[in-house]
Amino acid sequence: MSAKSPTKQGASSEDTRSERKQKVKDYIAHHLLDSHDFGLFSYTDEVTQQKHHVGFPLPIILWDGGLKVFSSSKFHHGETVAQVDGNYYKIEHAKIYKTDAKGTITYDTSNHPTNIAPLDFSITKGVFMILITAFLMFFLFKSLAKSYGANAGIASGAGRFFEPIITYIRDDIAIANIGEGKYKKYMPFLLTVFFFIWFLNMFGLTPLGINVTGNIAVTTALALIVFIITTFTGTKDYWKHIFDPLGDGMPWAGKIFIYIILVPIEILGIFIKPFALLIRLYANMTAGHVVLGSLLGLIYIFQNWIGGTLSFGLAFAISLIEILVALLQAYIFTMLAALYFGFASETHEHAEEHDGEIAHL
Amino acid sequence: MEKLINEFSVGLFFWQAVVFILLLFLLKKYAWGPILNSVNEREQGIKDALDAAQKAKLEMANLQADNEKLLQEARAERETMLKEARQIKASMIAGAKDEAQAEASKAIAGAQATIEAEKKAAVAELKQTVSSLSISIAEKIVKSELSNKDKQLELVESMLKDANVN
Repeated sequence: MSAKSPTKQGASSEDTRSERKQKVKDYIAHHLLDSHDFGLFSYTDEVTQQKHHVGFPLPIILWDGGLKVFSSSKFHHGETVAQVDGNYYKIEHAKIYKTDAKGTITYDTSNHPTNIAPLDFSITKGVFMILITAFLMFFLFKSLAKSYGANAGIASGAGRFFEPIITYIRDDIAIANIGEGKYKKYMPFLLTVFFFIWFLNMFGLTPLGINVTGNIAVTTALALIVFIITTFTGTKDYWKHIFDPLGDGMPWAGKIFIYIILVPIEILGIFIKPFALLIRLYANMTAGHVVLGSLLGLIYIFQNWIGGTLSFGLAFAISLIEILVALLQAYIFTMLAALYFGFASETHEHAEEHDGEIAHL
Repeated sequence: MEKLINEFSVGLFFWQAVVFILLLFLLKKYAWGPILNSVNEREQGIKDALDAAQKAKLEMANLQADNEKLLQEARAERETMLKEARQIKASMIAGAKDEAQAEASKAIAGAQATIEAEKKAAVAELKQTVSSLSISIAEKIVKSELSNKDKQLELVESMLKDANVN
């Protein structure tokens, strides 16, 4: 998937150690980004010194004064300029920029390309995996739903594994945080987001080398949906808690000074909560990929049996932890979303119960 | 932060939002709804069955208590019946005793009266016999002593007079 792939040692055995370190760094940085083709691995032919990429191209969809759809194979893995309808495009750091026939990219002082970037709605590797996960989830849970009818109310097959997770989310996440009366309308979102994040996290640990939940755009979209649901299902008491947190127990003259500080904080809190969600998931998944990538990169840097074995052992141990983290992050995201929904849907008699929970967040 | 904003891909954001919302609605309709319904139904079924079992157990206990109560009542009734019977027996015996005593005393009284009457009759008969005997003896004596009839009669009359006076 990378032009500087470290998977093959032969051609780069003469590199110095610092050069190899830079290569590993670039490789990890590249891996964390989305890419426009689905590359599995690449290698350099020792005889012809030519790079070979194993994988398949994905469709590029651009909006640049009109819809432009073409295959990512035109870019030749980012090595060449793609010419479409008289326009030239080049991939630079996983982004498509408009360029000229020579592929000139100009940079500003902080090393950012100044070329025009057309709106890019391409089915990238990330989008491709999102679609795969969506299809997988749809057919998996649809078959679980069907198995109840066919099996007299008892799940069969893979559903036996997933059903306890569903009931756990219902009992210990939704009912525990939202309450018996109102949890039902939030259940579809909580279940979908939990399995979606979990499955994508798990895909991220496969050798396919994908990093969807560690992408800021993906976590932003998820957190935005949480924000929208929280805001639009907020009860009168939720808004009263934000704009009049002290209630009627105090005269206006006394409250006004406190509110000058308190109300802006509460309003900021509305945005900080989902923002924390998106950063938490992004940072955790990215960190996992960086650590794993670095440990695997050590094999390439050391290039001897001891270092390689040691790195492999460490990477293996971290992988096991990452399997736990994959589940944990899905759980935390769902749990916190449910907690925010709980705040939004609470009615007054129940407001006091949550005070302690706010404190430990 | 700047790096994050640079990395932000509008296309990926767009596709993620669209696919996720679509998936949410599809799963809600075809998966989560039916799954949660089935699970809830099953749980409700289990709960109902447990409740029914509990109820049956309670009913059973009630029934047992009822039986125990009935048995106790029957026992008490038997007890009172026996008691009553004993009382009746005692009173009957006492009544019979009294009656017998009364009858006996009546019989004794009757017997005594009869004896009295017999005694009187016997005394009267004795008197008569004695008088007739004494008369006949006196007759014989007087006959032998008195040949004169007139004198005899005079004597008898005077004697009778004495006797009547007595």
